[in-house]
This record gives sequence, structure tokens and C-alpha cells, in this order.
Amino acid sequence: MFEQIIISGFGGQGALFAGQLLTYAGLEEDREVAWLPSYGPEMRGGTARCTVTVSDEPIGSPITDTPSAVIALNPPSLEMFEPRVLPGGLLIVNSSIAKEEVKRKDIRSLRIPATDMARDEFANERMANMILLGALVSMTRVVTLDSVMTALQKNLPQRRHHLLEPNRIALQKGWDIAQQASKD
Amino acid sequence: MAKVLMKGNEAIAEAAIRAGCDGYFGYPITPQTELLEYMSRRMPELGRAFVQGESEIASINMVLGAAAAGKRAMTSSSSPGVSLKQEGISFLAGNELPAVIVNIMRGGPGLGNVQPSQSDYFQATKGGGHGDYFPIVLAPSTVQEAIDFTILAFELADKYRNPAMILGDGSIGQIMEPVELPEVESKPPDKPWAVTGCKGREKNIIRSLYLLAGPLEARNVILQKKYREIEANEQRHAEFMLEGAEMVIVAYGTTGRVAQTAITRARDEGMPVGLFRPITLYPYPKDAISSLVEQARVFLVLEMSAGQMLEDVELAVKGTVPVEFQGWLGGRVPTPSEVTQTIKEIRTKYLK
Amino acid sequence: MPEGEVVFARPAALEDTPTHYCPGCTHGIIHRLIGEVIDELGIREITVGIAPVGCAVLAYHYFNFDTVEAAHGRAPAVATGIKRVSPENVVFTYQGDGDLAAIGTAEIVHAANRGENITVVFVNNAVFGMTGGQMAPTTLPGQVTTSTPTGRDVKVDGYPVKVAEILAQTTGAAYIARRTVTQPKYVRSCKKAIKTAFKTQLAGLGFALVEVLSTCSTNWGMSPMEALRWLDENMIPYYPLGDYKVIDEVKALP
Repeated sequence: MFEQIIISGFGGQGALFAGQLLTYAGLEEDREVAWLPSYGPEMRGGTARCTVTVSDEPIGSPITDTPSAVIALNPPSLEMFEPRVLPGGLLIVNSSIAKEEVKRKDIRSLRIPATDMARDEFANERMANMILLGALVSMTRVVTLDSVMTALQKNLPQRRHHLLEPNRIALQKGWDIAQQASKD
Repeated sequence: MAKVLMKGNEAIAEAAIRAGCDGYFGYPITPQTELLEYMSRRMPELGRAFVQGESEIASINMVLGAAAAGKRAMTSSSSPGVSLKQEGISFLAGNELPAVIVNIMRGGPGLGNVQPSQSDYFQATKGGGHGDYFPIVLAPSTVQEAIDFTILAFELADKYRNPAMILGDGSIGQIMEPVELPEVESKPPDKPWAVTGCKGREKNIIRSLYLLAGPLEARNVILQKKYREIEANEQRHAEFMLEGAEMVIVAYGTTGRVAQTAITRARDEGMPVGLFRPITLYPYPKDAISSLVEQARVFLVLEMSAGQMLEDVELAVKGTVPVEFQGWLGGRVPTPSEVTQTIKEIRTKYLK
Repeated sequence: MPEGEVVFARPAALEDTPTHYCPGCTHGIIHRLIGEVIDELGIREITVGIAPVGCAVLAYHYFNFDTVEAAHGRAPAVATGIKRVSPENVVFTYQGDGDLAAIGTAEIVHAANRGENITVVFVNNAVFGMTGGQMAPTTLPGQVTTSTPTGRDVKVDGYPVKVAEILAQTTGAAYIARRTVTQPKYVRSCKKAIKTAFKTQLAGLGFALVEVLSTCSTNWGMSPMEALRWLDENMIPYYPLGDYKVIDEVKALP
């Protein structure tokens, strides 16, 4: 297995944390992993994105111009990464904010109004990243959902542990949406 | 041992602690600041020295003081900050003091940007400050290597009484990867030359001033003898798919990793290409490159610079085989597809 | 051998060697005072001195204890590095006015402000000595130097830097004083201040600095006697002698 996943959005949408969680989950499964963030002044308010590599072999380049999957949390991310997804790859879009339809036909895609759902169901827009991550895990099986849950338990800072349960529910929610979509 | 996920900057800090770093002195600058922050937490917990200096200049001179006192000392910065440290690095070399300097390079010249770059190669490997000297320079390409080379840097610095530098680009500092943190048997050698108070011995003087030409010449002869010894003993590199490679890519750090992926793809398409990845940038692994001219029909040097290491490859190859170059400037990082494309072009030009 | 008591000898902290200082230079007196203080405090074997860039760069030939030579202006940073990893050592810097008050202002201000537990002997002779008498930050208004050939014009060159006054403003400083060595009474007072500065460090009370007004007859173009008089008449009015900061714990030192 060799997956390179880009998670991209505005600063504060949790792109970097979602990527870290996925990376920790890969580590739980004893895979080779790498998490490479964008960094610098843009981290504050601008674009925040990371590339997560999960592989069975030692990882060469942690950088990719052809990701196997992308989570686009906002319109600029959709615009930037839709053309780059590997043919046959996956594009998951936060359609609450990124309203454009996915144009490419040679990739799998799923639009989830994650920010709206997070606000309506968790009263916390910042859960959107977990909903989208749950969907990504479901559609790629890059790691198991169990591994993500374990990684969450281990790596969510103690002071945030009250968010453990909502995060779990959000991940499960995303997973279920993707399952349902694949049946439709 | 269980692997843990660590960011490059934090891993270097933890490795330094395990290597017995007694004093860390630094100044914030992106993209290495996590290293300073990590040290600010851990060093006081361990009863060791941490000072956030008023500048990079002050910080490197604090390192010089701690090294003169016989302790293991370290500083870290990024390109513009390392420029400021050059005065102190020259003094470390002139005084023959061991210390470790970390440069997590960003784009330049001037303030440039904070994106990954390899454009400080000349500064790092050719001396950087004034005078005839070389710091030992180690170039990690993964977080694990960043850890291992940091420990090695402390050992080599002590062994040769010389500054040693970890030279990584911004992504080495920022990337998170699983690593094994080794338990280090920290055994610095005896340092009878250190300024510890002269109880029971003659006084020690640590200096680099020799007012007359004769004594300074003699001093330089000693230093140069040491550099020849380092060059003879410490050249290091890694190889990837070099067997049967007619095209030899030379790249270090992150560029080396990107090349590795491109080479894997090229090999799948039957192209005879392999990677020579320098680990020591000083001493440059020129002997191993020279020995490759029998096998290689073309060398391809890849750097996130306008062609700095290129000159060392050309010196090692001595005109026997063509040396091609591709560089990425201003903080842009190569992608595997770009490298694959270049490999194809070079093949068409030389291997058909 | 007639019996007798030794009433005067070279301090053990000084080497038995002639210095390179010009006739009439007061560096020699200041070295001697430091040597005497170190002997009297019994700290020669734990002391580490930092030599500056400037005339006193060769101080390590004259002091008989461990020394490090620092880059121009960086002595307080070097001292910080040593003291932080080896707090059991007594660490002091010996710096001139170009070194401390020009190129090394950042280092000295921040060492003082951190309350770094080191001692500084700051020799102010109002001129760059070693490079041949150029304007120093402490050169007096109107004073002729090789880089102010018509005298220091404050409109062009700015004003002389008052180091003791400036550093006394730092919260971290424990003891800041200005002295000179042009007359026996001043020499005695200077030694006492230097001793207090070392005792401040030994008691762990933080940053201590003694500014010592000093002559440079060669670069001032005067005889040694003229230079001593010129200092008394011109420098002391601009740089008044006295204690600029003495925290209570220092006052209480035995």
C-alpha cells in the first residue's frame, strides 16, 4: 500500500490535526508514515494543509504533486487540488463552504456539508474535519477506523479530553455517510 | 523499541539531550523554532542550561563559552540567523572548540522566505566565516537521520575539537515521522584544555589570536592537518539502486528523498538510474563519487539551490563524465514527477 | 638571611611578565587590582577570565588563571555560556569601551538585564586604543581622535555613551559603579569596588560592573602625567565617579 493524502483548508479548520491523527493511526498499524505540514506565516488565518503518506515500504518523497486522496475543506483547496488527484483517486469536499461541483470524472468524489453538520449536530463547526476524515478512512481503508479511534484516545491532549466523545461520533458519522453513499 | 512520531525539530532537540548536551543557546526563527521551544521545556527539567539569547550572535558566543568550559553545547537557527552565527563559528574553529550548530535552511538571499531550501550549502561547507576552516556538516534526509546525525555530530565535534553542523532544509524540521530514540551512552572525552579553573594544573588559555605570522602559520598547519584527517576518515554517503546505474543522481536531504521516489518510478520503466546521497557535506564524499565514474555515463545533480553542491560533484568527477544539474529556487521543493521528467530528458540526451 | 615579613609582592593571580602596555597606561594598575582582589578572595583556582578584543586582548598572558578570548564585544555572551554550565566557577570579563560600549552593547545590556551572575571590569579610556586612536562611543565632545580629526562633533557623531548610568537602569543589575585610578585615593576606592563586584558574584547576587576611567597617553598624544590630569579635568566631569546601583543585598555584603 502507498497512499499520499492531502488535507487542506483555512487555518483553524483542523486540517493539520486531522492529518496528524491519520498519521498516528498509520503508526498504530506499524506502517511507514510521514506528516508534512505547510508552515509559515500562512498558518495563521491563511491556508493550512498537510501531506500524509502511509506506506508499507520506507517512504521516499514525503511531497507529492499527485495525491491519491484529498480532503478539500475550502474553495481554494478544491480549486488547487482537484486537478492533481491521481486518476482513480479520491476527492472529498466540504460542500458547506466549497460549493463548486467536482468536474473530474476519472476520480471518485464525495461532497459532504461537513461544516453545516458539525454546527447543527455538535454545535461546533470544528468537528467538520473529523466527519470528513471518517469518510476518507471509509472510502480508502488506508487505516481502520479503530486505529483512528485509538490514535485519538492516545494523542488528544488531556485538556481536550472532553472532546473525545464528540470526535468519535463525528468520525463515525463521516464513515457512515461514506458507507451510505457507496450503496446509493 | 516502540516508535514514536516526532517532528524533525523536536527530534533533533531530544537527540541532543540524549547525547548529553549541557547547554542550549538560541534565538527564535522559522522554521526551526520548535527546537528552541522543546529545549526551553526540557533542559531546565534536567538541570541543564537553556538561554534564549538576545541575538544569534550572542547565542553562538554563549555556545562558545559553554564549549570552552568543556561542556557539550548547541545552538540552532535558520539561514539568516546562521549568517549571524558565522563570526562565532569561525572563533569556535580557530579556538578548536567542539559544538553543534543546527541550520534548518529557508529560502534566501536576504530575508527570503520560510520555505525549505538548500541554498546555504556553500556557507556551511566552505567555512562560512573568515579564515581557513571547515565545520563538519551532516545532512539528514529523514527525522530518524536527524536524530542519529545529531548524536554523531556531538561525537565528531568532540573527537576533532571542531564545530559540527546539522544542515537540513525546512521540511526536515517540520516533517513528522516515526522514529526510534536511542539510549545514548554519553561519554564525552576528557577535555584537559577546558577552562574549569586552574586548580592543580597550569592555567588554560583558549584563544585564536597569534599576532606574528610564524605562530599563526604553525597554528593553521595544525588545523589543516586535522581537516585532512577528517577528510580521510569521515566521508559518509548512502546509496539507492546504484547497481547497474548508468545515470547517477546526486542529491542530499529532502531532495534525495524526492529523487528516490522518482528513481523507483524510472527503474519500473527500465531506466538504469540510481541515487548517490551525500550524508557528510563536509567532508564531501568525493572518493566514493570518483569511483563511480567508471560506471556512470552521466551524473545528475539535484538541489534546492542554483547549483552549489554541483561544484563538489564536478570536482570529484574531474571532467571525465558529463555532470547535469537541475535546481529549485526560492523555497520551492521538487516533486517526484518533475524529477522523473528530468531523468527522461537526461536519458534521451546521454543514454540512447 | 635576615628575617623579614613580606609586605608587598606580586599577586599570585598575575604572571611574572612585562606587559605590552604603553608607558603611562592604566591597564597595568587595573590588572594588578584584579589580581589582588582574586588573591584576597582566594578564588584564583576557580576563576575564568574573558579577554576582549582591544588593547587588553593579551590579558591572558598577564593573568595567572584560566582565560578565554572572546570576539569583539561578545565577552558577556561567552561569560554567560561558561557561568550557566559551570556555576561553580567565578567568571569575569575585562572589556574596553569599543568592545563593550560600541559593538558589544547588545551583549552587555542583556547580560545585565538577565542579572547574569558575572563580573565585568569595563575600562573606559575614551578612545579605540589598539587600532590607533579612533573615536570610541565614549570619546568626549570635541575630543580629537584619528577619526574625528577636528574633534568629536556631536551633531555628526552623537554623544558619549554613559555606560554605568545606562546599565544602572537595568532591573537585573546588582552592582554598578564608576571609578578611576589616576590618584592613590582613587586606586584604593577602585579596588574596593572591584572586590565588591566579585563578592556580588560569589554571593550569587547577579550582574556586577565596575567602569574604570582610564588613560591612553599614546593615543591622546600626551605624557603620562598630562594624561592623568586630562582625565581628572575632562572625563570625571562628564563621567562622574560613584555608585550607580547597589542593591540592598550587595550593601549588606560583609
